[in-house]
Amino acid sequence: MRTKMMAATLAAGLALSLTACGGDDDDDKFKIGIKVDQPGLGLKESDGSFSGFDVDMARYIAEGLGHDLDDVEFVEAVSANRETFLENGTVDMILATYSITDERKEKVDFAGPYYVAGQDLLVRADDDSITGPESLDGKTLCSVTGSTSAQRVKDEYSDKVQLQEFDSYSKCVDALLGGQIDALTTDDIILAGFAQQHPGELKVVGSPFSEENYGVGLPKDSEDRDKINDLIEEAFEDGAWEKAFNDNLGDSGYPLPETPPTVDRY
Amino acid sequence: MDVIIEAFPDILQAFWLNIRLALYSGVLALVLGTLLAAFRVSPVPLLRLIGTVWVNTIRNTPLTLVITFMLFGLSYQLGVTFSDTISENVFWLAVVGLGVYTAAFVCEVLRAGINTVDVGQSEAARSLGFTFTQNLRLVILPQAFRAVIAPLGSTFIALIKNTTIAVVIGVTTAEGINESSGLMRTLIEFNGDQTILIFAVFALGFVIITLPIGLLTSWAAKRLGGVR
Repeated sequence: MRTKMMAATLAAGLALSLTACGGDDDDDKFKIGIKVDQPGLGLKESDGSFSGFDVDMARYIAEGLGHDLDDVEFVEAVSANRETFLENGTVDMILATYSITDERKEKVDFAGPYYVAGQDLLVRADDDSITGPESLDGKTLCSVTGSTSAQRVKDEYSDKVQLQEFDSYSKCVDALLGGQIDALTTDDIILAGFAQQHPGELKVVGSPFSEENYGVGLPKDSEDRDKINDLIEEAFEDGAWEKAFNDNLGDSGYPLPETPPTVDRY
Repeated sequence: MDVIIEAFPDILQAFWLNIRLALYSGVLALVLGTLLAAFRVSPVPLLRLIGTVWVNTIRNTPLTLVITFMLFGLSYQLGVTFSDTISENVFWLAVVGLGVYTAAFVCEVLRAGINTVDVGQSEAARSLGFTFTQNLRLVILPQAFRAVIAPLGSTFIALIKNTTIAVVIGVTTAEGINESSGLMRTLIEFNGDQTILIFAVFALGFVIITLPIGLLTSWAAKRLGGVR
Protein backbone atom coordinates (compact mmCIF):
# COMPACT_ATOMS: atom_id res chain seq x y z
CA MET A 1 0.00 0.00 0.00
CA ARG A 2 2.69 2.41 1.03
CA THR A 3 4.83 1.69 -2.02
CA LYS A 4 1.80 2.22 -4.25
CA MET A 5 1.13 5.60 -2.70
CA MET A 6 4.75 6.59 -2.99
CA ALA A 7 4.79 5.60 -6.63
CA ALA A 8 1.66 7.62 -7.25
CA THR A 9 3.17 10.66 -5.52
CA LEU A 10 6.37 10.29 -7.51
CA ALA A 11 4.44 9.99 -10.75
CA ALA A 12 2.39 13.06 -9.93
CA GLY A 13 5.50 15.01 -9.02
CA LEU A 14 7.22 13.96 -12.21
CA ALA A 15 4.22 14.94 -14.32
CA LEU A 16 4.11 18.33 -12.63
CA SER A 17 7.79 19.01 -13.14
CA LEU A 18 7.57 17.93 -16.76
CA THR A 19 4.73 20.32 -17.51
CA ALA A 20 6.61 23.02 -15.66
CA CYS A 21 9.59 22.47 -17.92
CA GLY A 22 7.36 22.53 -20.96
CA GLY A 23 6.02 25.91 -19.88
CA ASP A 24 9.45 27.40 -19.41
CA ASP A 25 10.86 26.07 -22.61
CA ASP A 26 9.24 28.78 -24.66
CA ASP A 27 11.68 29.84 -27.36
CA ASP A 28 9.48 32.65 -28.66
CA LYS A 29 10.13 34.69 -25.55
CA PHE A 30 12.97 37.20 -25.46
CA LYS A 31 14.55 36.55 -22.08
CA ILE A 32 16.35 39.33 -20.25
CA GLY A 33 18.35 38.79 -17.08
CA ILE A 34 17.87 41.52 -14.48
CA LYS A 35 18.32 42.03 -10.76
CA VAL A 36 15.03 41.74 -8.87
CA ASP A 37 16.11 43.14 -5.50
CA GLN A 38 17.55 46.53 -6.36
CA PRO A 39 15.03 49.33 -6.06
CA GLY A 40 15.39 51.93 -8.81
CA LEU A 41 17.44 49.58 -11.01
CA GLY A 42 15.85 46.16 -11.20
CA LEU A 43 13.05 45.35 -8.80
CA LYS A 44 10.27 42.80 -8.83
CA GLU A 45 7.21 44.52 -7.38
CA SER A 46 4.79 42.69 -5.11
CA ASP A 47 2.30 42.42 -8.01
CA GLY A 48 4.90 40.59 -10.11
CA SER A 49 5.74 43.47 -12.44
CA PHE A 50 9.27 44.79 -12.88
CA SER A 51 10.56 48.32 -12.53
CA GLY A 52 13.82 50.22 -12.54
CA PHE A 53 16.38 51.94 -14.71
CA ASP A 54 17.87 48.67 -15.98
CA VAL A 55 14.38 47.33 -16.68
CA ASP A 56 13.33 50.43 -18.65
CA MET A 57 16.57 50.36 -20.66
CA ALA A 58 16.04 46.64 -21.30
CA ARG A 59 12.51 47.28 -22.58
CA TYR A 60 13.77 50.08 -24.84
CA ILE A 61 16.44 47.81 -26.33
CA ALA A 62 14.06 44.86 -26.70
CA GLU A 63 11.58 47.03 -28.58
CA GLY A 64 14.34 48.43 -30.76
CA LEU A 65 15.35 44.88 -31.67
CA GLY A 66 11.82 44.28 -32.88
CA HIS A 67 10.43 42.31 -29.96
CA ASP A 68 6.92 42.88 -28.73
CA LEU A 69 6.92 43.86 -25.04
CA ASP A 70 4.46 41.01 -24.38
CA ASP A 71 7.10 38.57 -25.56
CA VAL A 72 9.74 39.88 -23.18
CA GLU A 73 10.36 37.74 -20.13
CA PHE A 74 12.45 38.98 -17.22
CA VAL A 75 14.59 36.42 -15.43
CA GLU A 76 16.41 36.98 -12.16
CA ALA A 77 20.17 37.00 -12.73
CA VAL A 78 22.16 37.21 -9.51
CA SER A 79 25.74 38.43 -9.88
CA ALA A 80 27.34 35.02 -9.53
CA ASN A 81 25.48 33.35 -12.40
CA ARG A 82 25.41 36.09 -15.05
CA GLU A 83 28.14 34.63 -17.28
CA THR A 84 26.70 31.12 -16.91
CA PHE A 85 23.23 32.31 -17.90
CA LEU A 86 24.59 33.86 -21.10
CA GLU A 87 26.79 30.88 -21.94
CA ASN A 88 23.94 28.38 -21.41
CA GLY A 89 21.41 30.48 -23.28
CA THR A 90 19.19 30.75 -20.19
CA VAL A 91 18.81 34.42 -21.12
CA ASP A 92 19.29 36.35 -24.36
CA MET A 93 20.75 39.45 -22.76
CA ILE A 94 21.52 40.84 -19.32
CA LEU A 95 21.09 44.30 -17.87
CA ALA A 96 21.84 43.82 -14.21
CA THR A 97 24.36 46.42 -12.98
CA TYR A 98 26.80 44.39 -15.05
CA SER A 99 30.27 45.98 -15.11
CA ILE A 100 32.32 45.55 -18.26
CA THR A 101 35.65 43.96 -17.34
CA ASP A 102 38.37 42.34 -19.43
CA GLU A 103 37.96 39.11 -17.49
CA ARG A 104 34.27 38.89 -18.32
CA LYS A 105 34.91 39.89 -21.94
CA GLU A 106 36.67 36.55 -22.40
CA LYS A 107 33.40 34.72 -21.75
CA VAL A 108 30.68 37.07 -22.88
CA ASP A 109 30.22 40.10 -25.14
CA PHE A 110 29.18 43.53 -23.99
CA ALA A 111 27.28 46.35 -25.66
CA GLY A 112 27.44 49.81 -24.13
CA PRO A 113 28.33 51.06 -21.55
CA TYR A 114 24.94 52.66 -20.99
CA TYR A 115 25.91 54.03 -17.59
CA VAL A 116 29.11 54.78 -15.70
CA ALA A 117 28.71 54.10 -12.00
CA GLY A 118 31.29 54.29 -9.23
CA GLN A 119 31.66 52.96 -5.72
CA ASP A 120 30.24 55.51 -3.31
CA LEU A 121 28.72 55.83 0.16
CA LEU A 122 25.13 56.15 1.35
CA VAL A 123 24.67 58.00 4.64
CA ARG A 124 21.85 59.54 6.67
CA ALA A 125 20.75 62.85 5.16
CA ASP A 126 21.69 64.85 8.27
CA ASP A 127 25.15 63.31 8.56
CA ASP A 128 27.78 65.78 7.33
CA SER A 129 30.74 64.07 8.97
CA ILE A 130 31.21 61.56 6.17
CA THR A 131 32.48 63.18 2.99
CA GLY A 132 34.23 60.29 1.31
CA PRO A 133 35.92 56.95 1.86
CA GLU A 134 38.81 58.52 3.79
CA SER A 135 36.51 60.04 6.45
CA LEU A 136 35.28 56.73 7.84
CA ASP A 137 37.75 56.07 10.68
CA GLY A 138 35.78 55.13 13.78
CA LYS A 139 32.57 54.76 11.79
CA THR A 140 30.74 51.58 10.88
CA LEU A 141 30.34 50.62 7.25
CA CYS A 142 27.91 48.07 5.84
CA SER A 143 28.01 45.90 2.76
CA VAL A 144 26.61 42.57 1.65
CA THR A 145 28.24 39.16 1.94
CA GLY A 146 30.01 38.24 -1.26
CA SER A 147 31.09 41.77 -2.07
CA THR A 148 34.58 43.11 -1.39
CA SER A 149 33.63 46.77 -1.63
CA ALA A 150 33.73 47.43 2.11
CA GLN A 151 37.01 45.58 2.54
CA ARG A 152 38.48 47.81 -0.20
CA VAL A 153 37.50 50.92 1.77
CA LYS A 154 39.19 49.51 4.89
CA ASP A 155 42.33 48.47 3.02
CA GLU A 156 42.80 51.58 0.90
CA TYR A 157 41.20 54.53 2.69
CA SER A 158 40.18 54.22 6.34
CA ASP A 159 41.83 51.38 8.22
CA LYS A 160 39.96 52.14 11.47
CA VAL A 161 36.53 51.67 9.96
CA GLN A 162 34.45 48.83 11.41
CA LEU A 163 32.72 46.56 8.92
CA GLN A 164 29.31 44.96 9.24
CA GLU A 165 28.14 42.51 6.62
CA PHE A 166 24.59 41.38 5.98
CA ASP A 167 23.08 38.98 3.50
CA SER A 168 20.96 41.72 1.91
CA TYR A 169 21.19 45.45 1.24
CA SER A 170 17.79 46.01 2.84
CA LYS A 171 19.21 44.99 6.23
CA CYS A 172 22.04 47.51 5.76
CA VAL A 173 19.46 50.19 4.94
CA ASP A 174 17.40 49.32 8.05
CA ALA A 175 20.46 49.50 10.29
CA LEU A 176 21.53 52.76 8.63
CA LEU A 177 18.12 54.33 9.22
CA GLY A 178 18.17 53.01 12.80
CA GLY A 179 21.56 54.59 13.46
CA GLN A 180 23.40 51.34 14.21
CA ILE A 181 25.65 51.75 11.20
CA ASP A 182 26.91 54.98 9.63
CA ALA A 183 27.33 54.21 5.95
CA LEU A 184 26.61 51.68 3.23
CA THR A 185 28.89 51.17 0.27
CA THR A 186 28.38 49.86 -3.25
CA ASP A 187 27.91 51.49 -6.68
CA ASP A 188 26.45 55.01 -6.50
CA ILE A 189 23.45 54.32 -8.74
CA ILE A 190 22.42 51.33 -6.59
CA LEU A 191 22.71 53.55 -3.50
CA ALA A 192 20.58 56.16 -5.28
CA GLY A 193 17.86 53.53 -5.56
CA PHE A 194 17.76 53.21 -1.77
CA ALA A 195 17.83 56.99 -1.32
CA GLN A 196 14.86 57.15 -3.69
CA GLN A 197 12.96 54.76 -1.39
CA HIS A 198 13.61 56.99 1.63
CA PRO A 199 13.62 60.51 0.22
CA GLY A 200 14.95 63.11 2.65
CA GLU A 201 16.30 60.46 5.03
CA LEU A 202 19.28 59.10 3.11
CA LYS A 203 21.75 60.67 0.68
CA VAL A 204 24.51 59.51 -1.62
CA VAL A 205 27.78 61.21 -0.62
CA GLY A 206 28.68 61.79 -4.27
CA SER A 207 32.42 61.27 -4.40
CA PRO A 208 32.78 58.02 -6.34
CA PHE A 209 36.13 56.30 -5.92
CA SER A 210 36.01 53.73 -8.69
CA GLU A 211 34.62 53.46 -12.19
CA GLU A 212 32.19 50.75 -13.22
CA ASN A 213 31.00 50.69 -16.81
CA TYR A 214 27.57 49.08 -16.89
CA GLY A 215 27.12 47.16 -20.11
CA VAL A 216 24.54 44.97 -21.76
CA GLY A 217 25.76 41.39 -21.40
CA LEU A 218 25.35 39.24 -24.52
CA PRO A 219 26.36 35.73 -25.49
CA LYS A 220 29.79 35.53 -27.15
CA ASP A 221 29.72 36.59 -30.83
CA SER A 222 26.18 37.86 -30.60
CA GLU A 223 24.84 39.28 -33.86
CA ASP A 224 22.79 41.88 -32.02
CA ARG A 225 25.73 43.71 -30.49
CA ASP A 226 26.11 46.47 -33.10
CA LYS A 227 22.40 47.02 -33.21
CA ILE A 228 22.22 47.31 -29.42
CA ASN A 229 25.11 49.77 -29.41
CA ASP A 230 23.13 51.86 -31.94
CA LEU A 231 20.04 51.62 -29.74
CA ILE A 232 21.95 52.75 -26.64
CA GLU A 233 23.24 55.81 -28.54
CA GLU A 234 19.72 56.44 -29.76
CA ALA A 235 18.43 56.32 -26.17
CA PHE A 236 21.04 58.93 -25.17
CA GLU A 237 19.86 61.24 -27.96
CA ASP A 238 16.07 60.87 -27.91
CA GLY A 239 15.76 61.37 -24.15
CA ALA A 240 14.76 57.77 -23.30
CA TRP A 241 17.91 57.32 -21.20
CA GLU A 242 17.25 60.50 -19.20
CA LYS A 243 13.58 59.55 -18.77
CA ALA A 244 14.46 56.06 -17.55
CA PHE A 245 16.76 57.64 -14.96
CA ASN A 246 14.32 60.34 -13.83
CA ASP A 247 11.35 57.96 -13.62
CA ASN A 248 13.23 55.62 -11.34
CA LEU A 249 15.81 57.70 -9.50
CA GLY A 250 14.58 61.28 -9.92
CA ASP A 251 13.70 61.75 -6.24
CA SER A 252 16.91 60.32 -4.85
CA GLY A 253 18.79 63.62 -4.76
CA TYR A 254 21.50 61.93 -6.80
CA PRO A 255 21.96 63.77 -10.10
CA LEU A 256 22.03 62.27 -13.58
CA PRO A 257 25.52 62.65 -15.07
CA GLU A 258 25.61 65.63 -17.45
CA THR A 259 26.90 63.64 -20.37
CA PRO A 260 26.06 60.05 -21.20
CA PRO A 261 28.98 57.62 -21.53
CA THR A 262 30.64 56.88 -24.86
CA VAL A 263 29.69 53.53 -26.29
CA ASP A 264 32.74 51.32 -26.65
CA ARG A 265 32.58 49.32 -29.88
CA TYR A 266 35.54 47.09 -29.16
CA MET B 1 41.64 24.44 -8.48
CA ASP B 2 43.76 27.62 -8.28
CA VAL B 3 40.95 29.47 -6.60
CA ILE B 4 40.87 26.89 -3.78
CA ILE B 5 44.64 26.87 -3.33
CA GLU B 6 44.75 30.66 -3.25
CA ALA B 7 41.88 30.90 -0.79
CA PHE B 8 42.97 27.95 1.33
CA PRO B 9 44.23 29.92 4.36
CA ASP B 10 40.97 31.87 4.37
CA ILE B 11 38.95 28.65 4.08
CA LEU B 12 40.72 27.22 7.13
CA GLN B 13 40.02 30.39 9.10
CA ALA B 14 36.39 30.32 7.98
CA PHE B 15 35.89 26.75 9.18
CA TRP B 16 37.71 27.52 12.42
CA LEU B 17 35.17 30.31 12.97
CA ASN B 18 32.33 27.78 12.51
CA ILE B 19 34.00 25.40 14.94
CA ARG B 20 34.43 28.15 17.55
CA LEU B 21 30.77 29.12 17.17
CA ALA B 22 29.78 25.48 17.61
CA LEU B 23 32.00 24.90 20.65
CA TYR B 24 30.85 27.93 22.63
CA SER B 25 27.19 27.54 21.72
CA GLY B 26 27.42 23.77 22.28
CA VAL B 27 28.54 24.31 25.88
CA LEU B 28 25.81 26.90 26.39
CA ALA B 29 23.21 24.57 24.86
CA LEU B 30 24.29 21.65 27.05
CA VAL B 31 24.04 23.69 30.24
CA LEU B 32 20.77 25.39 29.31
CA GLY B 33 19.31 22.20 27.87
CA THR B 34 20.04 20.22 31.03
CA LEU B 35 18.48 22.96 33.11
CA LEU B 36 15.41 23.00 30.86
CA ALA B 37 15.06 19.21 31.03
CA ALA B 38 15.20 19.47 34.85
CA PHE B 39 12.50 22.16 34.65
CA ARG B 40 10.32 19.95 32.49
CA VAL B 41 10.41 16.99 34.88
CA SER B 42 10.35 19.05 38.09
CA PRO B 43 7.46 18.86 40.56
CA VAL B 44 7.01 22.68 40.38
CA PRO B 45 4.25 23.59 37.87
CA LEU B 46 5.73 27.04 37.09
CA LEU B 47 9.11 25.55 36.16
CA ARG B 48 7.42 22.91 34.02
CA LEU B 49 5.51 25.70 32.26
CA ILE B 50 8.69 27.72 31.63
CA GLY B 51 10.39 24.63 30.20
CA THR B 52 7.45 23.73 27.97
CA VAL B 53 6.99 27.27 26.63
CA TRP B 54 10.73 27.69 25.95
CA VAL B 55 11.03 24.41 24.07
CA ASN B 56 7.89 24.81 22.03
CA THR B 57 8.55 28.44 21.11
CA ILE B 58 12.22 28.19 20.22
CA ARG B 59 12.12 24.76 18.63
CA ASN B 60 9.36 25.87 16.27
CA THR B 61 11.04 29.11 15.22
CA PRO B 62 13.34 29.09 12.18
CA LEU B 63 16.94 29.56 13.27
CA THR B 64 17.38 32.36 10.73
CA LEU B 65 14.76 34.33 12.64
CA VAL B 66 16.36 33.59 16.01
CA ILE B 67 19.77 34.77 14.78
CA THR B 68 18.37 37.84 13.03
CA PHE B 69 16.46 38.70 16.21
CA MET B 70 19.68 38.49 18.22
CA LEU B 71 21.15 41.44 16.32
CA PHE B 72 18.13 43.45 15.21
CA GLY B 73 15.98 42.84 18.28
CA LEU B 74 18.23 42.07 21.21
CA SER B 75 21.20 44.25 20.28
CA TYR B 76 19.76 47.10 18.18
CA GLN B 77 16.40 47.51 19.94
CA LEU B 78 17.08 46.35 23.49
CA GLY B 79 20.66 47.53 23.60
CA VAL B 80 22.34 44.27 24.59
CA THR B 81 25.93 44.39 23.35
CA PHE B 82 28.85 42.17 24.21
CA SER B 83 31.59 44.34 22.74
CA ASP B 84 32.17 47.64 20.97
CA THR B 85 33.98 45.74 18.26
CA ILE B 86 31.37 44.70 15.73
CA SER B 87 32.96 41.37 14.80
CA GLU B 88 33.09 40.31 18.47
CA ASN B 89 29.61 41.57 19.23
CA VAL B 90 27.96 39.65 16.38
CA PHE B 91 30.04 36.57 17.22
CA TRP B 92 28.72 36.41 20.79
CA LEU B 93 25.20 37.28 19.71
CA ALA B 94 25.35 34.35 17.30
CA VAL B 95 26.69 32.10 20.07
CA VAL B 96 23.78 33.04 22.32
CA GLY B 97 21.25 32.56 19.50
CA LEU B 98 22.66 29.17 18.53
CA GLY B 99 22.93 28.12 22.17
CA VAL B 100 19.38 29.11 23.07
CA TYR B 101 18.05 27.40 19.95
CA THR B 102 20.02 24.17 20.38
CA ALA B 103 19.17 24.04 24.12
CA ALA B 104 15.56 23.25 23.17
CA PHE B 105 16.74 20.19 21.23
CA VAL B 106 19.19 19.10 23.95
CA CYS B 107 16.33 19.37 26.46
CA GLU B 108 14.06 17.09 24.45
CA VAL B 109 16.81 14.53 23.81
CA LEU B 110 17.64 14.49 27.51
CA ARG B 111 14.00 14.20 28.53
CA ALA B 112 13.74 11.13 26.33
CA GLY B 113 16.82 9.80 28.13
CA ILE B 114 15.23 10.46 31.51
CA ASN B 115 12.24 8.40 30.40
CA THR B 116 14.49 5.41 29.71
CA VAL B 117 15.62 5.29 33.34
CA ASP B 118 13.58 2.72 35.22
CA VAL B 119 11.03 4.36 37.48
CA GLY B 120 12.16 2.06 40.30
CA GLN B 121 15.47 3.97 40.38
CA SER B 122 13.90 7.26 41.34
CA GLU B 123 11.46 5.54 43.69
CA ALA B 124 14.38 3.89 45.46
CA ALA B 125 16.24 7.21 45.66
CA ARG B 126 13.20 8.95 47.06
CA SER B 127 12.64 6.27 49.71
CA LEU B 128 16.27 6.75 50.77
CA GLY B 129 15.41 10.39 51.48
CA PHE B 130 16.99 12.02 48.36
CA THR B 131 15.54 15.42 47.46
CA PHE B 132 14.36 16.00 43.85
CA THR B 133 17.63 17.76 42.95
CA GLN B 134 19.78 15.06 44.53
CA ASN B 135 17.72 12.39 42.83
CA LEU B 136 18.14 14.06 39.43
CA ARG B 137 21.82 14.88 39.86
CA LEU B 138 23.03 11.63 41.41
CA VAL B 139 20.66 8.99 40.08
CA ILE B 140 18.62 9.98 37.05
CA LEU B 141 20.80 12.30 34.93
CA PRO B 142 23.97 10.18 34.94
CA GLN B 143 21.95 7.27 33.57
CA ALA B 144 19.95 9.48 31.21
CA PHE B 145 23.09 11.05 29.68
CA ARG B 146 24.60 7.63 28.98
CA ALA B 147 21.45 6.63 27.14
CA VAL B 148 21.46 9.66 24.83
CA ILE B 149 25.10 10.01 23.82
CA ALA B 150 24.36 9.16 20.18
CA PRO B 151 21.35 11.49 19.77
CA LEU B 152 23.30 14.27 21.51
CA GLY B 153 26.03 13.68 18.93
CA SER B 154 23.45 14.16 16.17
CA THR B 155 22.29 17.36 17.82
CA PHE B 156 25.88 18.63 17.94
CA ILE B 157 26.42 17.74 14.27
CA ALA B 158 23.27 19.69 13.42
CA LEU B 159 24.61 22.59 15.49
CA ILE B 160 27.90 22.65 13.57
CA LYS B 161 26.03 22.89 10.29
CA ASN B 162 23.63 25.44 11.76
CA THR B 163 26.53 27.78 12.55
CA THR B 164 26.53 28.72 8.85
CA ILE B 165 23.32 30.65 9.53
CA ALA B 166 25.45 33.14 11.45
CA VAL B 167 26.09 34.63 8.02
CA VAL B 168 22.75 36.49 8.21
CA ILE B 169 24.18 38.84 10.83
CA GLY B 170 27.60 38.91 9.18
CA VAL B 171 29.79 36.98 11.63
CA THR B 172 33.41 37.42 10.53
CA THR B 173 36.86 37.10 12.00
CA ALA B 174 38.61 40.26 13.19
CA GLU B 175 40.28 40.41 9.77
CA GLY B 176 36.90 40.36 8.06
CA ILE B 177 36.92 36.76 6.83
CA ASN B 178 33.44 35.28 6.75
CA GLU B 179 32.39 32.02 8.29
CA SER B 180 32.39 29.25 5.70
CA SER B 181 29.04 29.74 3.96
CA GLY B 182 29.74 33.47 3.61
CA LEU B 183 33.22 32.81 2.28
CA MET B 184 31.75 30.28 -0.14
CA ARG B 185 29.36 32.95 -1.41
CA THR B 186 32.24 35.39 -1.86
CA LEU B 187 34.32 32.83 -3.75
CA ILE B 188 31.41 31.93 -6.03
CA GLU B 189 30.70 35.60 -6.65
CA PHE B 190 34.15 36.04 -8.16
CA ASN B 191 34.55 32.56 -9.70
CA GLY B 192 31.08 31.82 -11.06
CA ASP B 193 32.48 29.25 -13.50
CA GLN B 194 33.81 27.04 -10.67
CA THR B 195 30.68 26.92 -8.57
CA ILE B 196 30.55 23.12 -8.35
CA LEU B 197 34.18 22.78 -7.25
CA ILE B 198 33.71 25.42 -4.57
CA PHE B 199 30.52 23.77 -3.32
CA ALA B 200 32.28 20.41 -3.18
CA VAL B 201 35.22 21.76 -1.19
CA PHE B 202 32.98 23.33 1.43
CA ALA B 203 30.74 20.26 1.65
CA LEU B 204 33.86 18.13 2.12
CA GLY B 205 35.03 20.49 4.84
CA PHE B 206 31.86 19.91 6.81
CA VAL B 207 32.07 16.16 6.33
CA ILE B 208 35.64 16.21 7.66
CA ILE B 209 34.47 18.06 10.76
CA THR B 210 31.25 16.17 11.45
CA LEU B 211 32.15 12.59 10.51
CA PRO B 212 34.53 12.03 13.47
CA ILE B 213 31.88 13.38 15.85
CA GLY B 214 29.38 10.80 14.59
CA LEU B 215 31.95 8.01 14.87
CA LEU B 216 33.12 9.13 18.29
CA THR B 217 29.63 9.39 19.78
CA SER B 218 28.55 6.01 18.35
CA TRP B 219 31.66 4.46 19.88
CA ALA B 220 31.06 6.20 23.22
CA ALA B 221 27.39 5.19 23.17
CA LYS B 222 28.44 1.55 22.81
CA ARG B 223 31.11 1.75 25.51
CA LEU B 224 29.16 3.78 28.05
CA GLY B 225 25.57 3.19 27.09
CA GLY B 226 25.17 0.30 29.51
CA VAL B 227 23.29 -2.92 29.02
CA ARG B 228 19.61 -2.58 28.22
